[in-house]
Amino acid sequence: MTAVEAVFLLLAAIAVVSAVLVVSTPHLVHAALWLVVTLGAVAGVFLVLAAEFVAWVQVLIYVGAVVVLLLFALMLTRAPTGPQPDLTVRRWAPAAFVGLLVAVLLGATVVAGFQDVRIDLDQAVVGSAEVTGETVFRRWVLPFEVLSVLLLAALVGAIVLSRMRGADEPGEADCCRCGGRCCWPACCSGSASTACWRAATPCWC
Amino acid sequence: MLARRNAVLVLMGVELMLNAVNINLVAFDAAFRDVLHGGQTLALFTIVIAAAEIGLALAIVLLVFRTHGHIDLDRLRDLADRDLPADATASPDAEDAR
Repeated sequence: MTAVEAVFLLLAAIAVVSAVLVVSTPHLVHAALWLVVTLGAVAGVFLVLAAEFVAWVQVLIYVGAVVVLLLFALMLTRAPTGPQPDLTVRRWAPAAFVGLLVAVLLGATVVAGFQDVRIDLDQAVVGSAEVTGETVFRRWVLPFEVLSVLLLAALVGAIVLSRMRGADEPGEADCCRCGGRCCWPACCSGSASTACWRAATPCWC
Repeated sequence: MLARRNAVLVLMGVELMLNAVNINLVAFDAAFRDVLHGGQTLALFTIVIAAAEIGLALAIVLLVFRTHGHIDLDRLRDLADRDLPADATASPDAEDAR
């Protein structure tokens, strides 16, 4: 076993163990932090597999953006920090069985199809930024542009969704200005702005 | 992912699965010596799509939290096919109070 294989196996083991912990830990925030470990290990796997640019994109987008987004979502939904025994459903065994079945099926397919293939990474072309950029902007320009339109659509959709009001939430008429901030509904009676902050969730009107 | 009750944790499971796909793409790219680097490019595209997906999904989750006060997937039964018409006329607030 070469050193590269040893590093690959170590990173893969870290990724698998922390991925299992992501889906099984009773702490909400710990799941997000184990996700960081998993994604970092996967980025290391990409580096070993000579995909340098993909590895750094993985670090920037996943570890940098997606996990922060997930942590913000946990914070905004007032996730408790302690352990929660009711985080998983009571009948988790069938779900675990389905997951195991899919893993065995896919793993067996890969093993059966590529049993004696060993990836020789010594002469592999490293997917540096130059190589990847040339590929993306020569061969894959059209999918790239379609992808940018998709990103724009997702951005607009996320903004529209987060500005949408529920039926029981106040409309513009119910809002009042209070202490420089728009609140609802009872803050009109109280003159102090502290009452306004405590009163309710802010609405934007 | 199937066993989690918190919507954000389900999204974490989705991200893990997309990462598994990425590893496969990059590994086969390295195995086949693809001169076009199709595998790595598709892995990049998958990362971008996953980022778009997580942004939209978290917007939906926050909207659900604002309207329902929780993001427990087992208790979100607004679209359930109920038999009793009396249940259907009951407001969703009654379900939240439970």
